[in-house]
Amino acid sequence: MQIGEMAKLIRSKNAGPFSMTIDILFEHESYYDRVKNSPDFNVDTIANVYKLNSADIDIYTCDPILAIKISFNRPVISGDIGDTDVFGGQQHGPIVDMEIPDRNNASY
Amino acid sequence: MKNIHVLAATGMLGTGFSEASFDRALKNNPSVIGCDAGSTDPGPHYLGHGTPMVSREATKRDLTIMIKGALKNNIPLLIGSAGTAGSNVHVDWTVDIVKEIAKEENLSFSLAAIYSEISQPKLINAFRKGKIKPLNNAHDLSEESILHLSKVVGQMGPEPYINALNQGAQVVVAGRSSDTSIFAAVPIKEGINHGIALHASKILECGAGCAETRIHPDCMSAWMYDDHFIVEPPNPKMKCTPVSVLSHLLYENYDPYHLYEPGGMLNTSDAHYESFNERGVKVTNSEFEPVSMYTVRLEGVEHIGYRRIAIAGIRDPFILRQLPNFLEECKNVISKKVKESLNIEKENFKILFRIYGDSGVMGELEPFQGKMNHEVGLLTEVIADSAVNSQSIMSIAWHTMLHHPIKEWSGLVSQLAFPFSPPDSDMGPVYRFGLNHIMEVEDPLELFEMNISRL
Repeated sequence: MQIGEMAKLIRSKNAGPFSMTIDILFEHESYYDRVKNSPDFNVDTIANVYKLNSADIDIYTCDPILAIKISFNRPVISGDIGDTDVFGGQQHGPIVDMEIPDRNNASY
Repeated sequence: MKNIHVLAATGMLGTGFSEASFDRALKNNPSVIGCDAGSTDPGPHYLGHGTPMVSREATKRDLTIMIKGALKNNIPLLIGSAGTAGSNVHVDWTVDIVKEIAKEENLSFSLAAIYSEISQPKLINAFRKGKIKPLNNAHDLSEESILHLSKVVGQMGPEPYINALNQGAQVVVAGRSSDTSIFAAVPIKEGINHGIALHASKILECGAGCAETRIHPDCMSAWMYDDHFIVEPPNPKMKCTPVSVLSHLLYENYDPYHLYEPGGMLNTSDAHYESFNERGVKVTNSEFEPVSMYTVRLEGVEHIGYRRIAIAGIRDPFILRQLPNFLEECKNVISKKVKESLNIEKENFKILFRIYGDSGVMGELEPFQGKMNHEVGLLTEVIADSAVNSQSIMSIAWHTMLHHPIKEWSGLVSQLAFPFSPPDSDMGPVYRFGLNHIMEVEDPLELFEMNISRL
């Protein structure tokens, strides 16, 4: 299942002009836990998707509201030469498409 | 139990709010009205150019209601990060509107203007003394790079606001401010602890942004006590929930648990959020960890040239199959022609392409880069040292690209679909953010000049 099918909101935004943050909010705890605990969801898999270094990515989890946050420095600073997204509002697409298999119910 | 009621009129001055919500909030006797008027979100243009993001008319409408409400209730009105970027011209622009309102509405009050621009000599001096420190992802700083900055502001903390209030100001128009300082000034002045005041202010700064569904930009109230705060929208059609309030802490923050403020760090790791009455949320366990060295966050921009753009589409499958090479070839031919016709070296201008349908939105971060469909949009950008040169270069650029040959076709070709005549357009001066640093200061007031006038 893709994260986009499990989350109630996935959004990206600047966290100041020099970094960017992606929020993933869930309605159901089971989906939140599945993504949070998945070996397919960590700084390495995200770095792979965005072509960044794992060491440059931070993941925060927020249990009370079933939220996961991914933050990283912008490769191009907001509004700088070559920037494509001044507000950083459209950088979450690849997370929507990320496939997170249900390891608990898998048949292998 | 003592409490301080802070009313945030709206999330951004000039984006509006419901007057009914505002009147309703005023009936609950707030101690202060605050409103944020700025952001770095729309990019470096506003600080560089000195113009605001919102219109004068919309700002005047919002300010008129706020000033009249504040005077009627005999409470102060604090406007922070005036005019989008909080530079001196932005403060003066806002002060001018306030004066016009006072005259038209026949109002008399004491007005404080607080300025936040930092001069180059002051910056160089602080740099030499090692008082400017880089934050995450900052550029390397040198005396030379400081001299290239055309405008620098510092984010003031709550102290300059408190100083203005102590001197009798009823309306404060302040330059660049940390988002929290606008709302935390009065509570801190009245003895509310920093953890509560800053955490509540962080939630308030976007007005109704922390509500479950923000139907439109609107007011938000927070009541700050000794050991907790309550946040509740005055508009009965909106409500806050623990989820909506905590979610707001995620919004636009890199780390939702550790938030750096001028005098220390707000730590929300152990904060607890619970529903209060029907539409409010009660928050406890906000912590503030003070630091011994007070720091002011700096924002600065550099003017790097003048931009011109052209928008086009490409549909020919043969070009699409070799698009990166095609564009690289075009760039070389353009550079050669620019040298021949204009005598401008290729080091002195930039040509950039954004390919929509490929990586126009995400650039290098795009995992599907190189996987195009049947057509793409091509945004061509030229940055040069003058508006005249960027226009001259762009004229050569779009015409070269339009007719640049590919080996699959013989004969004269037209490779680009331009939707408009003329195909290119002036985008004005270009600025870039050149500072992501903090400056250590002895006194929280030292960078921020204030003048008070009686209207």
